[in-house]
Amino acid sequence: MSYVRDVGALARKDLLLELRARDTLPAMLLFVAAVFVVFHFALPGEPSRLETTGLLWVAILFTALLGLGRAFVPEREQRTLDGLVLAPCDRSAIWLAKSLATLAFLAAAEVVALPLYGLFFHRIEGATVLAVVLADLGICAVGTFLGAMAVATRARDLLLPLLFLPLAIPIVVGAVGASVAASPGKYLGFLALYDLLFVVVCWATFEYVVAE
Amino acid sequence: MLTTRRLGKRYGERRVLRGIDLALPRGGFLVVTGPNGSGKTTLLRICAGLAQPSEGTIEREAARAQVGYLGHDPLVYRELTALENLELYGRLYRLPERRERIGMLLERFGLWDVRHQRVASYSRGMTQRLALCRVLLHEPDLLVLDEPYNALDEAGAELLDAQLAELRGERTFLLATHDPARVAPLASAALALAT
Repeated sequence: MSYVRDVGALARKDLLLELRARDTLPAMLLFVAAVFVVFHFALPGEPSRLETTGLLWVAILFTALLGLGRAFVPEREQRTLDGLVLAPCDRSAIWLAKSLATLAFLAAAEVVALPLYGLFFHRIEGATVLAVVLADLGICAVGTFLGAMAVATRARDLLLPLLFLPLAIPIVVGAVGASVAASPGKYLGFLALYDLLFVVVCWATFEYVVAE
Repeated sequence: MLTTRRLGKRYGERRVLRGIDLALPRGGFLVVTGPNGSGKTTLLRICAGLAQPSEGTIEREAARAQVGYLGHDPLVYRELTALENLELYGRLYRLPERRERIGMLLERFGLWDVRHQRVASYSRGMTQRLALCRVLLHEPDLLVLDEPYNALDEAGAELLDAQLAELRGERTFLLATHDPARVAPLASAALALAT
């Protein structure tokens, strides 16, 4: 129970910081809305569902990357990670809380993005919504983990996409497959398996990411 | 409480500490001095458990929860209020009577009236006082203080003097300073580092 309380306290802190600074969510919202508006006018004629599904997932991935790039900014700028690392809580709680906060920002951006996509391109199917939920879990778990690694380096803005995008390819494969296949079950299963695998790996190894 | 043998630290090719032997008993008060770049901060970070030595060994009786560390940065969030920062740390340290302890420290360090203001609006001295509240919040056995008088005005420095004198003997101190005369009456041992 104390682990859950630690995660709750840390996630609450991240949400409060965003509420005050408004650094992340407005940028994510603006980006994803701009992508759909621009492509609505840029794509000639009536784009196929296959084409626009690809666009949807590219937009989601890069919107998430915006949020992930800012996830550890307060800890970097104010050097507060030392304080969290010294606290007697399990260090994986820092990763889990940060992942949950990033997930909340991404979900909020998608609440706007998915209806916009439906308005400009094609109706969103139930399988796509399920794929979004499963993909978000994987994106936030892996991205937050890599964000913590990248934040300690000088080339953090370059390093995060370099590390994250190759690891996100299976997510894109599974998510696009689930969105366009006649029977999306196996793709959704693939996404769930990816989530399970990477959540366990990130949870078990985060301690070493924050140790000097 | 704290013992080191032949402790050393390298960052790549650069050696910042070499051959540090320490034996700090429980209740001891070690003052660390030395010019800039002599490795004071590195030594304190290792002793607090924030960094690993490259060579030698360190034995610390205090668990992670029993270490209070004050570094060059206050380790508080600028967009949160003083109360929210201390509440966060109080929760992470699972303090049973968190509210009372936080209220007492804020009163003692003269921050009670500004407890609902964001730290971003604080002066450097007020932020340092808040950092001291954070360090003392969980009543640590081992206090590792790196230049604790930094940015404090005379009133703040006197408050800190009084706090150190009150805890002297009950807690173990490792304190780095450029002004050893200030803490000389409290010190039980001294370590001078050279570049």
